Amino acid sequence: MSILLVQFLRVEGLVEDLFLQKEYELGFTYTRSTGPVVGKFLTGLKNKKIFGNRGSDGRVIVPPMEYDPETFQPLNDFVQVSDAGMIESWCWVAEPRPAHPSAVPFAWVMIKLDGADISMIHHVVTDEPSRVVTGARVKASWIDQPVGLISDIRYFVLEK
Amino acid sequence: MGDTNKETIDSIEAPIYLKYNFTAGLAPARFLSHLKKGILTGQRCPKCDNVYVPPRGSCPACGVATETEVVLGNKATVQSFTIVSIPIPGNPIEPPFIVANLVPDGANTSFIHLMSECVNEEVRIGQRVTAVWKPEEEWGFAMDNIRYFKPLDEPDIPVELIGHLSVNGEEG
Repeated sequence: MSILLVQFLRVEGLVEDLFLQKEYELGFTYTRSTGPVVGKFLTGLKNKKIFGNRGSDGRVIVPPMEYDPETFQPLNDFVQVSDAGMIESWCWVAEPRPAHPSAVPFAWVMIKLDGADISMIHHVVTDEPSRVVTGARVKASWIDQPVGLISDIRYFVLEK
Repeated sequence: MGDTNKETIDSIEAPIYLKYNFTAGLAPARFLSHLKKGILTGQRCPKCDNVYVPPRGSCPACGVATETEVVLGNKATVQSFTIVSIPIPGNPIEPPFIVANLVPDGANTSFIHLMSECVNEEVRIGQRVTAVWKPEEEWGFAMDNIRYFKPLDEPDIPVELIGHLSVNGEEG
């Protein structure tokens, strides 16, 4: 047998145990098709407009749903709603993490936009956290060059 | 409902990036530090004598730790292979190229590596190959210190003997 035991090499100091560590990033570069309903919502954002759609019970759902939650039929009756509304619930984030949409302290908020019956999640940035309360009025702050993503709404701001 | 004045969106870029901090662990760290020195090693199971490459530190069949390291040769046998004809995003290698499961002499398991300097259509199971290393100054803690494997002018190994050769390439 011409097998060398590496233990011998280690005794001779040729090989030492090492602590090996390496950072790496695995990326899945997906392109997702939106379908007509989400596509309508995102196209609206690109034009600084927010669209919902009307369910079989008459409620306006924002963001729009593809199928009615009661009848399971496709929903096509799109309705433009306001880019301002009311905080329904919220959670203050004092120490944002890298994956968060804001680098500065912010509030996750459920916002019922004027004209909508279902509230939508987004975030509020303010230097007056005590004013983030249920019932507070907020308005979208749009980025200058919208591309058709939810982040076209930079954040919501408290109305005066 | 005012119609949109910009093109309708039907798809969005939605990449997902996973950030890892990989710790090699004891057995792979030794394996990689040997590779850094141009040595391919495996680990032998004290119970069943199987030699694993790359070593994970234990024998999955016997459930015991593997601590004895074995220096393997540069020669290996093709256990299986595939001809890759479709370009892979981010991969600098031009298709068509060969990815093969190779069993180095002295080991009982295979690892995946590239084959080159070969006629793709003539690659076959049982074919003998040898490692082509990068220049020593380019060696890192990585399997791609071996650039690829190229065919050897040696007789093919019968399928039943693949994974059962000693480090000198003989049945054992």
